[in-house]
Amino acid sequence: MSTNTNAEPFIVKDCALLNIAIGKKARNLKEMRDHLLDIPLGSIYHHFWGGLLRYRFDEPEYNNDFAEWVRYCLQDNILAERLSIIDPAAFADLESLRQELLEVIEQRLDETEMITWAEIDMQFHFVSSQIIVFDTRERIEEPEQLVEAVSKMSGGSLFYHFIDARRRSPEMMDDFRLWLMPCGDRYEDLCSQLASVDPYFVSLVELRTQLTNLFAHRFQGVAG
Amino acid sequence: MTSIQDYAAVTGEDVIDRLRQLARPLKGIKVVHVNSTYVGGGVAEILTKLVPLQKDLGLDVRWEVIRGEERFFQITKSFHNALQGIPAPLGDASFKVYEETGAQNSEGLRSILEDADIVFIHDPQPLPLLRLCPNRKGKWIWRCHIDLSHPYRPLWNYLRNFVMEYDASIFSLADFSQPLPHTQYLMPPSIDPLSEKNMNLTEEKVHGAKIEFGLDPDRPIMLQVSRFDRFKDPLGVVRAYRLVKPSVPALQLVLAGGGATDDPEAEAVLAEVRSEAGTDKDIHVLQLPPDAHVTINALQRGADIVLQKSLKEGFGLTVTEAMWKGKPVIGGDTGGIRLQVVNHHTGFLVKTPEGAALRTRYLLRHPDIALAMGHKAKELVRQNFLLTRNLREYLSIMLARMFGAPERIELE
Repeated sequence: MSTNTNAEPFIVKDCALLNIAIGKKARNLKEMRDHLLDIPLGSIYHHFWGGLLRYRFDEPEYNNDFAEWVRYCLQDNILAERLSIIDPAAFADLESLRQELLEVIEQRLDETEMITWAEIDMQFHFVSSQIIVFDTRERIEEPEQLVEAVSKMSGGSLFYHFIDARRRSPEMMDDFRLWLMPCGDRYEDLCSQLASVDPYFVSLVELRTQLTNLFAHRFQGVAG
Repeated sequence: MTSIQDYAAVTGEDVIDRLRQLARPLKGIKVVHVNSTYVGGGVAEILTKLVPLQKDLGLDVRWEVIRGEERFFQITKSFHNALQGIPAPLGDASFKVYEETGAQNSEGLRSILEDADIVFIHDPQPLPLLRLCPNRKGKWIWRCHIDLSHPYRPLWNYLRNFVMEYDASIFSLADFSQPLPHTQYLMPPSIDPLSEKNMNLTEEKVHGAKIEFGLDPDRPIMLQVSRFDRFKDPLGVVRAYRLVKPSVPALQLVLAGGGATDDPEAEAVLAEVRSEAGTDKDIHVLQLPPDAHVTINALQRGADIVLQKSLKEGFGLTVTEAMWKGKPVIGGDTGGIRLQVVNHHTGFLVKTPEGAALRTRYLLRHPDIALAMGHKAKELVRQNFLLTRNLREYLSIMLARMFGAPERIELE
C-alpha cells in the first residue's frame, strides 16, 4: 500500500558549482572588512558553503574560508575561533550573515593595535560561484524509497536538496521536508528530525550517512 | 582511443553518468579549441585527451592549431616567460610579428571560428584571432594556463587589450586572475589517471625502473621530480637529504628532471646540483627525455618519500601525480601546492630544508601513518584533480555561457 499522499514524485537533481574570481582580494583584516561591505552575497555564500563540495577531511579545523585564512595567513587564532563558530544556517538571509561577519571583524579590529599583513601569495581572494542544476532523471515515488535513494546520492545532489534548497525555498526548508509535508501528520516526526540535522558542521559524506540513518530508522525500524 | 566510459573504473559510474547528463543540452553544438601545437607541452597534452572525450559526449568539437615562423614562436616563448614575471625586451617589432601571424592564421580559420558556438582560445599565441573574426556568432573564452600572478606589466598591458574583448576567461587559480571586465572562471589543472604517467604499473615495472637507474630496491628512496630550476629548490632537497642521512644511512635520493640543452639557467642549476651531490653514490641525478612518462610513473610509485620543495610554484602537477599514487607529499608552502597538500592530512607543507628533513624522518619512521596519509592524498586527487573534473567544468562553462551566465542555471 502506498504511504505517499503526495502525487508528485521527488525529482532527484544534481548540481555543479563553477568558481568565479570576482577580482577582489584582501591582504589584511581592514581590507577584508572593506570588501565585505560590498561584495556580492553570492561570494559570502560561496566562502561558507562552497567548501562542502570540495573534498573534506574527517574533522576540518575551520568550516569557512574566512576563519581558515585568518588563522593560517594572519595567524590570528582568536578571530579564527570567533569566525569559525558562525553558523550560516542560523541566519535568516545572507545579508544578516554579512552583518554578523562585519560585526565580529570590527570588534577584532577595535581590539587590535597592529594590523597583520598576509604574505603576498597568501592573500584572500574573494570567489563567487555559479550553480548549474540538472535533472538526473531519477525519481523517488514513495517515501520508503528515500532510504536507498539517499544512501546512493552524490554529493552534488545532497548539496542541492538539503543545503541549496534552504536558499531557494521561501520556507528556508530542505527539499525532503517540502516533499513530505503535503502528506500531512504522517511524517511530522520525520520532518522535525530532518529540521534538526545541521549540515554545516559535517561533510557531505557524513550528511549522507546521517540522513540515510534517519530515513532507515523511520521506514525500516533500523536504529540510526 | 580512450572513451569516456573507460574512466568509470577510476571515478565510479555515477561520475560518468553525471557528465552525460550535463552534456545532454550541449549535444551537437560546435566547439573549437585553438592553441599553438598538437604535440609537446601541457596544453597539447590536455587537449589530446579532452577533445575526444567532449566528442564522445556528443559535442561537435574541432581542435585547430595556429602556425607561424620560428620568429613568432620565439616571441611567444618570451611572452610566456614575461607573463610569469620575467622581464623581456619586447617592443613594437615583436608585436607586429605577433599580430601579423594572427592575421595570416585567421584567413584559414575564419569561417570555422565564426561559425562556432563556443571558441576556446588557449594561452596567448592565438589571442588576436577574435578581432579578426568580426562576424563571430558564438561565445569566445580565453583559457590561460599560465601563472599570471605577477606578469611583466608592459606585456600584460598590451595583451590585456585582446583579452578584454573576450566573453570570459579561465584561470587555474584565483591568484592568477587579473582585473578584467568579464567573468573569470577558476579551473585548477588536472591529471589523466589513464595516461602513461599515471596508469597502474606492475610491481615488476616499478622494480625494473629502480634497477635501471642503479637504485637499491631494498633501501628507502626520497624523490623529487621537477625541472632543474631554482624555484624548485633542488639544492634544498639535497640539504634535506643530508640532514636525514645520519639517522637513516640507507637513504637514497633521486632528483629526476628533463634535459637542459636549450635552457642555460637549467644547465647552471644542474651543474650546481651535481657539485652539491659530490661523490655521494646515493644521490642520483637523472636527466630524463620528455617522453619518459612510464619511467617517472615507476619512480613515483617506487619512492618512499616524495618531495616538491618548491619556493614558488604555479600549481604543481607533480604533486598531484605523486598523490594519485598514494604518496603523501612533502611540499613547499607555496602556490597550488597548498591546494593539494593539506598539512598533516595529505602530506606536509614546509618552508626550509630542515622542515623537509624533519617530515622525511617522521614519515620514514611511521610507515603506517604515511600509508594512511597517502590514502587520503589519493582520495583528494580522485575528488578534485582528475581529468573528469576538468571535463565537467568545461561543460559547465559552456552551459553557463549558452544560458547567459546568471548565478543559477536550471537545466530541464
